[in-house]
Amino acid sequence: MMSEADKKALRWVKFRRFTLPYIYLLPAFIVMAFITFYPLIYQVIISFTDFQLKDLMHGLESPNLNQVGFKNYIDIFTNALPVQNFEFLRILTYNFWWAISNVALHVPAGVVIAVLLNIPGLWGKRIYRAIYILPIVVPPIVVATVWQNIFHEQYGAMNYLLTEIMELFGSTDPVRLRWLEEYSAPIKWLLPNSPLPLAYYAMMIANFWLGWPFMTLVATGALQSIPKDLYEAASIDGASNTQQFWNITVPLLKTAMIPASIYGFTLSFNLFALVFFMTGGGPARSTEILVTFAYDLVRNLNLFGVAAAFSVLIFFVALSVFLVTNRLTRATESYTEA
Amino acid sequence: MTTSNTSPKKQNIIIRFLNINTSKETSGRDLPLWRQLLLQVLTLFIGATVMFPIMYIITMSLSSQTTRPSSLQLFPKEISFVAYQQVLDHPTANPVSFTKLLQNSVVLSTVVGLIAVLVAVSAAYAFSRFKFKMRQVLMVMVFIPLLMPAIGLATPLYLLLNSVRLADCGDGVMALAPFATCAVGAGKMVFNLRDSLYGVGVSMIAGALPFAVWNLKGYIDTIPEALEEAAAIDGADANQIFFRIMLPLAVPQLAVTFFIGFIGHWQEFAMSWLFLTQPEDYTLAMTLYNMTGQYASSIPWNRFAAMAVIVAVPVAIIFIALQKQIVGGLTTGGVKG
Repeated sequence: MMSEADKKALRWVKFRRFTLPYIYLLPAFIVMAFITFYPLIYQVIISFTDFQLKDLMHGLESPNLNQVGFKNYIDIFTNALPVQNFEFLRILTYNFWWAISNVALHVPAGVVIAVLLNIPGLWGKRIYRAIYILPIVVPPIVVATVWQNIFHEQYGAMNYLLTEIMELFGSTDPVRLRWLEEYSAPIKWLLPNSPLPLAYYAMMIANFWLGWPFMTLVATGALQSIPKDLYEAASIDGASNTQQFWNITVPLLKTAMIPASIYGFTLSFNLFALVFFMTGGGPARSTEILVTFAYDLVRNLNLFGVAAAFSVLIFFVALSVFLVTNRLTRATESYTEA
Repeated sequence: MTTSNTSPKKQNIIIRFLNINTSKETSGRDLPLWRQLLLQVLTLFIGATVMFPIMYIITMSLSSQTTRPSSLQLFPKEISFVAYQQVLDHPTANPVSFTKLLQNSVVLSTVVGLIAVLVAVSAAYAFSRFKFKMRQVLMVMVFIPLLMPAIGLATPLYLLLNSVRLADCGDGVMALAPFATCAVGAGKMVFNLRDSLYGVGVSMIAGALPFAVWNLKGYIDTIPEALEEAAAIDGADANQIFFRIMLPLAVPQLAVTFFIGFIGHWQEFAMSWLFLTQPEDYTLAMTLYNMTGQYASSIPWNRFAAMAVIVAVPVAIIFIALQKQIVGGLTTGGVKG
C-alpha cells in the first residue's frame, strides 16, 4: 500500500507532467499575448471603425470614432475604397502569381547551378561558390535601389546593354524601354485578370538575381550529404548516370528543396523591400502586393480602419497558406510523431 | 515543385554533359579540356551576372562625383574615399553622428535578437518534445505571425505603444499613461514608448519571436532523444533535462538563430520609419532609406552607395562566416530530422 505521502508525491508528479509543457510555453505566450495577440484583436476592433489620422492620439477612446460595421471589408471586396486602381482580387492573384512564378524559377536554377558547381574536377569551385552567395548577403534595400537604377529609362544599365546588343543587329537607335513605368502588358495572355506590365519582368529579373543563390546553397548542402556509396552501388548494378540522377539525386534533393521552396515562397510573397523600392507598387498599382498596399494604406493614405480590415484579410490569407504548406513540411509535428 | 521544365531527352544530354556524379570527392580523372573550358565559360558568365550590380554600387561609392554615372561603369575609374568620409562625418542632414546611428543599430538588433531567442527556447522545447492538449492549435498560433508581415500589425502596435507615455505635469509630478494622466491641457510629454527605440524593439520582437520558436523547434527535433532518456533513467527530472542537457546542446543553434535575427533586424526600416520621429533614434538602415526616399531625384549617389556598402558589410561578414549553419538552420526548421 502507498502511504499518504507517496500518494501526494505521485499526484504532484502527475500534475507536473500534465502542466509542464504549458509552463515551458508560458514565457513565449506571455510576450506574444501583449505584442502579437492583443494587437491582432485590437486590429479586428479597428477594422470595424472609420479610424483616421485624427484618432491616432486617442486610440479607441477618440470621440470622432464611428462604428461602421463591415463597411471596410465590403469596400475592399467591392473595390469601393477611395484609392485609385485598387482591385482586391487582382492584387491577391498577382501576389500569389508573383511568389509562385519566382519560386518556380529559383528552385530549378538553383539546383542546376549547384549540380554544375559539384562537377568533379571543375576549376575554381571554391571561388565560384564564394561569389555566388554574394546576392544573399546584400541587404534588400541596396539590391532594390541598384536594380531600380539598372532599369532606369535613360541611365539604366539594362537599356545600355540592349542598345549594344541591338547594334550588333544593325540597329542604331538607342533602346529606351520604360521598364518600370510602362503600363501595357507585353504578354497579354499571362494572368488575364491582372495584366503583367514590363515592371513585373524587371522585378522578376532582379528577384531572380536575389533568389537563386539561396537555392543553390541549400541544394549544394544536400548534394554533398548524399553518400557516395549510393552511386557506387548503383553503378555496380548497372545504372546509368541518367538513372542515378533521377533515382538517387533527385529524390534526396527533394527533402531539402521542398522546405527551401516554401521558405522562398513566403519570402517572395511578402517581399516588401524589393517591390517598395523598385516600383512602389506601380505603375498604377499593377505590381502591388498585399504588404506594400497595407503599408501604403497606413503610411500615405492614413486609412487606418481600412488598413486594419486589410490586415485581417492578410491574416486569413497567411493562415490558409500556412495550413497548406504545413501539410507539406509537417513543421508542427513533434519529434515523437513518426 | 518541379525541378526543370526541359524535355527528358534534352535533360539526358545535359546530365551526360555535366558528368553527374554528385558526390563530393573527385574521382581522380580530370574533365576533358573542352568540357572544362565550356563549363568555365558558363560559370564565369554566371559569376559576371552576380557581380554586375555589386560592382555597380562599389564603383559608385568610390567615385567623387555625386551625380549618377551617365554610362555603364563597372570598374572604378578613380578611387576616392570622399563619399565614405562624408557619410561618416555627416550621415544625415541632421546633426546626428555616425557613431550614434551605428550604436542604435547595433543595440537594437542585438537586444531584440537576444530577447527573442531566450524567450523562444523553452517554447521550442515544449513543442518539440511534449505531447499535450491544444498543441497543434497553440503551434499554429505561434507560427501564423511568421507568414503575416510585421507591417500588418503596424497600426495596433502603434496605438498600443503610443498609449504608454510619460508626461511631466509640472511641480515635479509625473504621470504615466495609461495609468494616470495630467489635467487636460497641462503636462509636457517627456517620453513616448512608440517614439523610442524601446518601442521599435518591442514591435520587432513581435516578428522575431515566432521565427525563433520555429527555427529552434526544427533544430531540437533533430537532437536524438537517447540522451534525454539516459538522463531520465539516471533520475533527472524534466527541468534538469532541459537545463543540463537540452540547453547546452542547443547553444550553437541559439547563436545561429540570434544571428539570422540580427541580420534581419539590422536591415529593418519600414516599422522604424513609421514609429520614430527623432533623428537621434535613427538607425543605419533608416538613414539609407531616407537617402533614397523623399529626395530621390537629388540623391548624392556616391554617398548613397557608400552608405549602402557600410550597411551591407556587417551582414555580409556574418553570413559568410556562418553560411553553413544559417542555411542548415533555415532548412531543417521545416523538416523533421
